[in-house]
Amino acid sequence: MAETTTTQASGAASGAAPGAAGDRPVKIIGIVCNWCSYAGADTAGVVRFKQPPNLRLVRVPCTGRIDPLFALKAFEKGADGVLISGCHPGDCHYSEGNYYARRKFELLERMIHHLGIPKERFKWTWVSASEGQRWQKVVTEFVAGVEKLGPREGRAL
Amino acid sequence: MRIGVFVCHCGTNIAGTVDVADVAQRALGLKDVVHSEHIMYTCSEPGQAAIQKAIQDKKLDRVVVAACSPHMHEVTFRRCCDKGGLNPYLFEMANVREHCSWIHTEIPIATDKAWDIVKMAVAKARQLEPLYSNEVEVNKDVLVVGGGVAGIQAALDLADAGLKVTIVERETTIGGVMAKLDKTFPTIDCSACILTPRMVDCAQHENIELMAYCEVDKVSGYVGNFTVDIRKKASMVDWTKCVGCEICVQKCPAKAPDSFNVRLEPTKAIYIPFPQAVPKRAAIQVEHCRWFTQGKCRVCEKVCPADAIDYEQKDEIVQKRFGAIVVATGFDVFPWEERYHEYGSGKIKDVISGLQYERMLNASGPSGGHVRRLSNGEDPKTVVFIQCVGSRDESVGRPYCSSVCCMYTAKQALLTKDHVGMDTDVYVFYIDIRATGKGYEEFVKRVQTEFGVKYVRGRVSKLYEENGKVMVRGSDTLLGEQVEIAADLVVLATGITSSPGAKELAQKLNISYDEFGFFKEGHPKLRPVETNTAGVFLAGACQAPKDIPATVAQASGTASKVIGLLAKDKLKTSPMIAIVGQKDCVSCWKCIEVCPFSAVEKQEVRPGDFRSHVIETVCQGCGVCVATCPVNCISLKGFSTDAILDQIEEVLQS
Repeated sequence: MAETTTTQASGAASGAAPGAAGDRPVKIIGIVCNWCSYAGADTAGVVRFKQPPNLRLVRVPCTGRIDPLFALKAFEKGADGVLISGCHPGDCHYSEGNYYARRKFELLERMIHHLGIPKERFKWTWVSASEGQRWQKVVTEFVAGVEKLGPREGRAL
Repeated sequence: MRIGVFVCHCGTNIAGTVDVADVAQRALGLKDVVHSEHIMYTCSEPGQAAIQKAIQDKKLDRVVVAACSPHMHEVTFRRCCDKGGLNPYLFEMANVREHCSWIHTEIPIATDKAWDIVKMAVAKARQLEPLYSNEVEVNKDVLVVGGGVAGIQAALDLADAGLKVTIVERETTIGGVMAKLDKTFPTIDCSACILTPRMVDCAQHENIELMAYCEVDKVSGYVGNFTVDIRKKASMVDWTKCVGCEICVQKCPAKAPDSFNVRLEPTKAIYIPFPQAVPKRAAIQVEHCRWFTQGKCRVCEKVCPADAIDYEQKDEIVQKRFGAIVVATGFDVFPWEERYHEYGSGKIKDVISGLQYERMLNASGPSGGHVRRLSNGEDPKTVVFIQCVGSRDESVGRPYCSSVCCMYTAKQALLTKDHVGMDTDVYVFYIDIRATGKGYEEFVKRVQTEFGVKYVRGRVSKLYEENGKVMVRGSDTLLGEQVEIAADLVVLATGITSSPGAKELAQKLNISYDEFGFFKEGHPKLRPVETNTAGVFLAGACQAPKDIPATVAQASGTASKVIGLLAKDKLKTSPMIAIVGQKDCVSCWKCIEVCPFSAVEKQEVRPGDFRSHVIETVCQGCGVCVATCPVNCISLKGFSTDAILDQIEEVLQS
């Protein structure tokens, strides 16, 4: 469970964090809602918007389903970054699930550095089903930000 | 546990960048995986047969397919498992196409990522449980939002099939934009002659209730059981008494902008949009009425022979229940005045929009079909059309093609020659001519050759007034020359933009829309009239710009989909819903507070002991209650906390 190099990821070294930041690519967990951001990532795929390969997505019905614990668990298990994305405010498939999510993640974002995790390793945002380009931008920028910090050394949690 | 993994080539879509054989081979090393293979097209008949055979032969109790997005084929493979004898909810999909092979180029990287995605799906599959659908009664009434040609067509098709339909239209009459048009391309049919009989059919159909001057206020419920609050806007006229005689309109002393005639000339504060309006009822625009603004007048009240004027009328909310909703809210014309300052921002009188010109050409329009210059009332000798104003122009935020402007410009150019005379000089500035419909290309050719309309390929850079003319300065990119034309009238082929309020309506209906405000269909090819919200359907230009034939075809397609849905007496609900472990419930009722669907209730488990309970047929499976419960006693079937955490753990493990 410790923060070690995965055999698969090290095989993909060419897509890895450059320089001295570490010898393995960063691994990022994304938790996305089914209706907007997962579909937005689909849209990006259909249009072949290239993205860095460091992200692994977990699909949930709604960002309102996400327990902040999921993000903390990911960090505990060695994730270098956690990205959460859902529908834009007002556009939730379930009307208001993302409003509950917003409260939780705003709070988590503010307190996460108390756990020894720089806030640049955590991001929550909105990407709609039609925003393939925005998805590409969000992923690319977030991965670049985490790569700048490099893989996490040791266990913060 | 016996898990089978099936890795799809999808031709070269996946296999081109992912070493599918390697992924399938590696999967065999995973705990509980007893079968793994790679298949050329897993969704094909032989592909599905292979899954079903493996379920039987290898006694699989979980199936993982690594292929495209679950939005694409999750339903397909669930059905496949079901037919193969496995509960459909013991299936999990690994998206290695949209989220992997299509966004990466290097084989080792894509293969490793695909492997991770498969591992995660297997980890989730271990946590899956068999689920069983419930059934709910279906309300067979249909709401059609919008009474343009799309809504009219859908409503008539549905009503003819025996379903009760309610049309909600926000204007005082149905008809939409088509009612404003003079003629239709490529046949030069009279628009009103085609449309108005259909409008009357709607009014007279025993299965259609027409609710004009109404808006959708609030929507709740789900497929088969929607509850909709409809706002009946105060028209200040009692429509049960009004007979549409128009005496009040003739006598009203107050002028008001005429949106039906696209502000070409003012109408009255009390108005009926056009002679063939359905229903033909008057309404007062209170912001322009002298009684409401100045506290005196009441002329309409005095002259009304039916005693229908009611200054005290208030908005009223009517609640109705429906099984399905068709959204047909149409479009609006691009507000060119705000963005095209090089064309005079609307300040040059003789520069008008395509829809304004349509009203000018129309015999029931303000000029009675007489084409004239707005500056001096004279007949124009030179008319210039400019295409792609608010379309295919990224500088104004409209990169898309509005699809109808090439054709309506050709039609208007022809009608100009017809109305004003063949000796009129007519020019059309264009980028490309898009004439892809049946008989369209032939029509444009006819306009060019038979009617002598001069097509100039190029953009117009500037319009300005000089010596009583509108100077049109542009380029002819075929000749490579600058051109300048002194025009009497300039018509802008204004593009299509989404209807005002489209976004707000989408939010009420929980449907998706794109950055331009057009509603998003379920799938561009396979589910073109459905939305991602079950029971909500689309018709017409609210989905994307389209012409009348395409709109009517789509509306009929939508109607057939709704009829298919409502042909069943009961609907199967998704079993992926929340369930309360009542043993641990502490009765804090937080779940009741957060549930967007009021699907959680207090249940008396023993006398005086109330615990939380999820109403199965009402729950939509969002999982907000699950993340809210302070004692973690609610679980979301199909997305259990263990299933989510196992995926995260699996992929982060060394």
